[in-house]
Amino acid sequence: MKEQFQSPIVLLGSRLLSPYIMLFGWYVIIHGHYSPGGGFQGGALLAASVLLIRVAGGTRLSSLQLREVINTPMATLGVAIYFLTGVVAVLAGGFFLDYGQLPIPGLEAAWLRYYGILIIEVGIGLTVMAILIMIYDNMVKGEDHA
Amino acid sequence: MKLLKFAILALFAGVLIYASNDLPYRGDPDNLMHAERSITDTPVKGNYFIQEAYNDARTPNMVTVVLGDYRSIDTFGEQVVIFTAGLITILVLRKQRRREE
Repeated sequence: MKEQFQSPIVLLGSRLLSPYIMLFGWYVIIHGHYSPGGGFQGGALLAASVLLIRVAGGTRLSSLQLREVINTPMATLGVAIYFLTGVVAVLAGGFFLDYGQLPIPGLEAAWLRYYGILIIEVGIGLTVMAILIMIYDNMVKGEDHA
Repeated sequence: MKLLKFAILALFAGVLIYASNDLPYRGDPDNLMHAERSITDTPVKGNYFIQEAYNDARTPNMVTVVLGDYRSIDTFGEQVVIFTAGLITILVLRKQRRREE
Protein backbone atom coordinates (compact mmCIF):
# COMPACT_ATOMS: atom_id res chain seq x y z
CA MET A 1 0.00 0.00 0.00
CA LYS A 2 2.94 2.33 -0.50
CA GLU A 3 1.49 3.88 -3.65
CA GLN A 4 -1.78 5.70 -3.28
CA PHE A 5 -4.10 5.24 -6.20
CA GLN A 6 -6.48 8.11 -6.66
CA SER A 7 -9.42 7.14 -8.82
CA PRO A 8 -12.44 9.41 -8.44
CA ILE A 9 -14.61 7.06 -10.50
CA VAL A 10 -13.99 4.05 -8.25
CA LEU A 11 -14.40 6.19 -5.14
CA LEU A 12 -17.66 7.67 -6.39
CA GLY A 13 -19.01 4.26 -7.35
CA SER A 14 -18.22 2.74 -3.99
CA ARG A 15 -19.60 5.78 -2.17
CA LEU A 16 -22.82 5.25 -4.11
CA LEU A 17 -22.99 1.52 -3.38
CA SER A 18 -21.85 1.40 0.23
CA PRO A 19 -24.97 2.75 2.01
CA TYR A 20 -27.27 0.47 0.04
CA ILE A 21 -25.17 -2.59 0.86
CA MET A 22 -25.23 -1.61 4.53
CA LEU A 23 -29.01 -1.14 4.44
CA PHE A 24 -29.40 -4.53 2.78
CA GLY A 25 -27.18 -6.07 5.46
CA TRP A 26 -29.46 -4.80 8.22
CA TYR A 27 -32.44 -6.04 6.19
CA VAL A 28 -30.92 -9.52 5.98
CA ILE A 29 -30.30 -9.57 9.74
CA ILE A 30 -33.71 -8.28 10.80
CA HIS A 31 -35.72 -10.13 8.15
CA GLY A 32 -34.00 -13.42 9.01
CA HIS A 33 -37.18 -14.62 10.70
CA TYR A 34 -39.04 -14.70 7.38
CA SER A 35 -36.45 -15.31 4.68
CA PRO A 36 -33.04 -16.91 4.27
CA GLY A 37 -30.45 -14.92 6.14
CA GLY A 38 -29.49 -14.08 9.67
CA GLY A 39 -26.64 -12.73 11.69
CA PHE A 40 -23.72 -14.30 9.88
CA GLN A 41 -24.83 -13.41 6.36
CA GLY A 42 -25.98 -9.93 7.30
CA GLY A 43 -22.76 -9.26 9.19
CA ALA A 44 -20.75 -10.23 6.12
CA LEU A 45 -22.79 -7.75 4.05
CA LEU A 46 -22.24 -4.97 6.62
CA ALA A 47 -18.52 -5.68 6.52
CA ALA A 48 -18.60 -5.60 2.71
CA SER A 49 -20.08 -2.11 2.70
CA VAL A 50 -17.36 -0.82 5.01
CA LEU A 51 -14.54 -2.66 3.24
CA LEU A 52 -15.63 -1.22 -0.10
CA ILE A 53 -14.84 2.27 1.15
CA ARG A 54 -11.59 1.03 2.72
CA VAL A 55 -10.37 -0.48 -0.55
CA ALA A 56 -11.45 2.45 -2.70
CA GLY A 57 -10.62 5.38 -0.44
CA GLY A 58 -7.53 4.36 1.50
CA THR A 59 -6.83 4.50 5.21
CA ARG A 60 -7.21 8.24 5.80
CA LEU A 61 -10.55 8.60 4.05
CA SER A 62 -12.13 5.46 5.47
CA SER A 63 -11.30 6.44 9.03
CA LEU A 64 -14.02 9.06 8.64
CA GLN A 65 -16.59 6.32 8.13
CA LEU A 66 -15.57 3.80 10.79
CA ARG A 67 -12.38 4.21 12.77
CA GLU A 68 -10.14 1.22 13.31
CA VAL A 69 -10.18 1.64 17.10
CA ILE A 70 -13.88 0.76 17.18
CA ASN A 71 -13.37 -2.75 15.78
CA THR A 72 -12.43 -4.61 18.95
CA PRO A 73 -15.06 -2.97 21.21
CA MET A 74 -17.74 -3.63 18.58
CA ALA A 75 -16.82 -7.33 18.32
CA THR A 76 -16.80 -7.61 22.11
CA LEU A 77 -20.16 -5.84 22.26
CA GLY A 78 -21.63 -8.46 19.90
CA VAL A 79 -20.41 -11.35 22.04
CA ALA A 80 -21.58 -9.53 25.17
CA ILE A 81 -25.08 -9.01 23.76
CA TYR A 82 -25.41 -12.74 23.10
CA PHE A 83 -23.92 -13.80 26.44
CA LEU A 84 -25.86 -11.29 28.53
CA THR A 85 -29.12 -12.40 26.89
CA GLY A 86 -28.39 -15.87 28.20
CA VAL A 87 -27.37 -14.61 31.63
CA VAL A 88 -30.49 -12.45 31.95
CA ALA A 89 -32.59 -15.53 31.18
CA VAL A 90 -30.74 -17.39 33.95
CA LEU A 91 -31.30 -14.54 36.43
CA ALA A 92 -35.01 -14.49 35.54
CA GLY A 93 -35.31 -18.10 36.56
CA GLY A 94 -34.83 -20.11 33.37
CA PHE A 95 -32.01 -22.00 31.73
CA PHE A 96 -29.06 -20.39 29.95
CA LEU A 97 -30.31 -18.83 26.67
CA ASP A 98 -33.91 -19.81 27.42
CA TYR A 99 -35.55 -16.80 25.79
CA GLY A 100 -38.96 -17.71 27.10
CA GLN A 101 -37.90 -16.38 30.51
CA LEU A 102 -36.65 -12.98 29.37
CA PRO A 103 -38.09 -10.23 31.60
CA ILE A 104 -39.97 -8.25 28.96
CA PRO A 105 -43.47 -7.55 30.28
CA GLY A 106 -46.64 -8.10 28.34
CA LEU A 107 -45.50 -10.84 25.96
CA GLU A 108 -46.19 -14.55 25.95
CA ALA A 109 -43.30 -17.03 25.85
CA ALA A 110 -43.46 -17.68 22.11
CA TRP A 111 -43.15 -13.98 21.26
CA LEU A 112 -40.36 -13.63 23.82
CA ARG A 113 -38.47 -16.31 21.91
CA TYR A 114 -39.11 -14.34 18.69
CA TYR A 115 -37.50 -11.21 20.13
CA GLY A 116 -34.75 -13.21 21.83
CA ILE A 117 -33.70 -14.64 18.46
CA LEU A 118 -33.76 -11.11 17.01
CA ILE A 119 -31.49 -9.77 19.79
CA ILE A 120 -28.89 -12.49 19.39
CA GLU A 121 -28.92 -12.14 15.59
CA VAL A 122 -28.01 -8.47 15.97
CA GLY A 123 -25.19 -9.50 18.31
CA ILE A 124 -23.87 -12.04 15.80
CA GLY A 125 -24.08 -9.46 13.02
CA LEU A 126 -22.03 -6.91 14.96
CA THR A 127 -19.35 -9.47 15.78
CA VAL A 128 -19.02 -10.82 12.24
CA MET A 129 -18.88 -7.28 10.81
CA ALA A 130 -16.23 -6.10 13.27
CA ILE A 131 -14.09 -9.22 12.91
CA LEU A 132 -14.07 -9.13 9.10
CA ILE A 133 -13.07 -5.46 9.14
CA MET A 134 -10.45 -6.22 11.79
CA ILE A 135 -8.89 -8.96 9.68
CA TYR A 136 -8.63 -6.60 6.69
CA ASP A 137 -7.18 -3.77 8.78
CA ASN A 138 -4.56 -5.97 10.37
CA MET A 139 -3.53 -7.41 7.01
CA VAL A 140 -3.10 -3.93 5.54
CA LYS A 141 -1.17 -2.78 8.57
CA GLY A 142 1.12 -5.80 8.33
CA GLU A 143 1.85 -5.00 4.68
CA ASP A 144 2.69 -1.39 5.41
CA HIS A 145 5.53 -2.29 7.70
CA ALA A 146 6.81 -5.47 6.05
CA MET B 1 -1.59 -39.31 -19.58
CA LYS B 2 -4.12 -36.63 -20.44
CA LEU B 3 -6.37 -39.30 -21.88
CA LEU B 4 -6.20 -41.20 -18.61
CA LYS B 5 -7.29 -38.12 -16.67
CA PHE B 6 -10.28 -37.64 -18.92
CA ALA B 7 -11.13 -41.31 -18.67
CA ILE B 8 -11.08 -41.14 -14.85
CA LEU B 9 -13.22 -37.99 -14.90
CA ALA B 10 -15.71 -39.59 -17.29
CA LEU B 11 -15.85 -42.71 -15.14
CA PHE B 12 -16.45 -40.65 -12.01
CA ALA B 13 -19.16 -38.62 -13.76
CA GLY B 14 -20.78 -41.86 -14.85
CA VAL B 15 -20.81 -43.14 -11.27
CA LEU B 16 -22.36 -39.90 -10.02
CA ILE B 17 -25.01 -39.84 -12.73
CA TYR B 18 -25.85 -43.48 -12.03
CA ALA B 19 -26.16 -42.72 -8.31
CA SER B 20 -28.31 -39.65 -8.92
CA ASN B 21 -30.99 -41.84 -10.48
CA ASP B 22 -31.81 -43.24 -7.05
CA LEU B 23 -32.19 -39.88 -5.33
CA PRO B 24 -35.69 -39.16 -4.04
CA TYR B 25 -37.74 -36.38 -5.60
CA ARG B 26 -37.35 -33.02 -3.91
CA GLY B 27 -40.21 -32.04 -1.63
CA ASP B 28 -41.91 -35.43 -1.79
CA PRO B 29 -43.68 -35.89 1.56
CA ASP B 30 -43.21 -39.66 1.34
CA ASN B 31 -39.44 -39.37 1.53
CA LEU B 32 -37.66 -41.30 4.23
CA MET B 33 -36.24 -38.18 5.85
CA HIS B 34 -39.73 -36.75 6.26
CA ALA B 35 -41.19 -39.88 7.79
CA GLU B 36 -42.15 -39.78 11.44
CA ARG B 37 -40.56 -43.16 12.11
CA SER B 38 -37.24 -44.22 10.66
CA ILE B 39 -36.39 -47.54 8.94
CA THR B 40 -35.57 -49.10 12.30
CA ASP B 41 -39.00 -47.97 13.60
CA THR B 42 -37.71 -45.40 16.04
CA PRO B 43 -39.21 -41.89 16.19
CA VAL B 44 -37.29 -39.30 14.18
CA LYS B 45 -36.21 -36.37 16.36
CA GLY B 46 -36.16 -33.86 13.53
CA ASN B 47 -39.92 -34.04 13.23
CA TYR B 48 -40.36 -32.05 16.41
CA PHE B 49 -38.45 -29.10 14.98
CA ILE B 50 -40.42 -29.15 11.74
CA GLN B 51 -43.80 -29.39 13.43
CA GLU B 52 -43.34 -27.17 16.49
CA ALA B 53 -40.91 -24.46 15.33
CA TYR B 54 -43.66 -21.99 14.52
CA ASN B 55 -45.62 -22.64 17.70
CA ASP B 56 -42.54 -22.31 19.88
CA ALA B 57 -41.10 -19.08 18.48
CA ARG B 58 -43.70 -17.59 16.09
CA THR B 59 -41.07 -17.61 13.35
CA PRO B 60 -41.90 -19.02 9.91
CA ASN B 61 -38.25 -19.70 9.07
CA MET B 62 -37.52 -22.88 10.97
CA VAL B 63 -33.81 -22.71 10.16
CA THR B 64 -33.59 -19.50 12.18
CA VAL B 65 -35.43 -21.11 15.08
CA VAL B 66 -33.10 -24.11 15.11
CA LEU B 67 -30.03 -21.87 14.82
CA GLY B 68 -31.11 -19.24 17.31
CA ASP B 69 -33.25 -21.08 19.82
CA TYR B 70 -32.91 -24.85 19.90
CA ARG B 71 -29.20 -24.80 19.10
CA SER B 72 -28.38 -21.39 20.54
CA ILE B 73 -25.43 -22.55 22.64
CA ASP B 74 -23.86 -24.01 19.51
CA THR B 75 -24.35 -20.68 17.74
CA PHE B 76 -22.76 -18.90 20.68
CA GLY B 77 -19.76 -21.20 20.25
CA GLU B 78 -19.56 -20.28 16.56
CA GLN B 79 -19.61 -16.61 17.45
CA VAL B 80 -16.81 -17.06 19.96
CA VAL B 81 -14.81 -18.96 17.33
CA ILE B 82 -15.14 -16.03 14.91
CA PHE B 83 -14.25 -13.58 17.68
CA THR B 84 -11.16 -15.61 18.56
CA ALA B 85 -10.11 -15.75 14.91
CA GLY B 86 -10.20 -11.96 14.78
CA LEU B 87 -8.16 -11.63 17.95
CA ILE B 88 -5.59 -14.08 16.57
CA THR B 89 -5.04 -11.82 13.55
CA ILE B 90 -4.09 -9.04 15.98
CA LEU B 91 -1.52 -11.31 17.61
CA VAL B 92 -0.04 -12.70 14.40
CA LEU B 93 0.07 -9.61 12.22
CA ARG B 94 0.92 -6.94 14.79
CA LYS B 95 3.74 -8.94 16.33
CA GLN B 96 5.33 -9.16 12.88
CA ARG B 97 5.25 -5.38 12.63
CA ARG B 98 6.93 -4.91 16.01
CA ARG B 99 9.79 -7.19 14.98
CA GLU B 100 10.50 -5.01 11.94
CA GLU B 101 10.84 -1.79 13.91
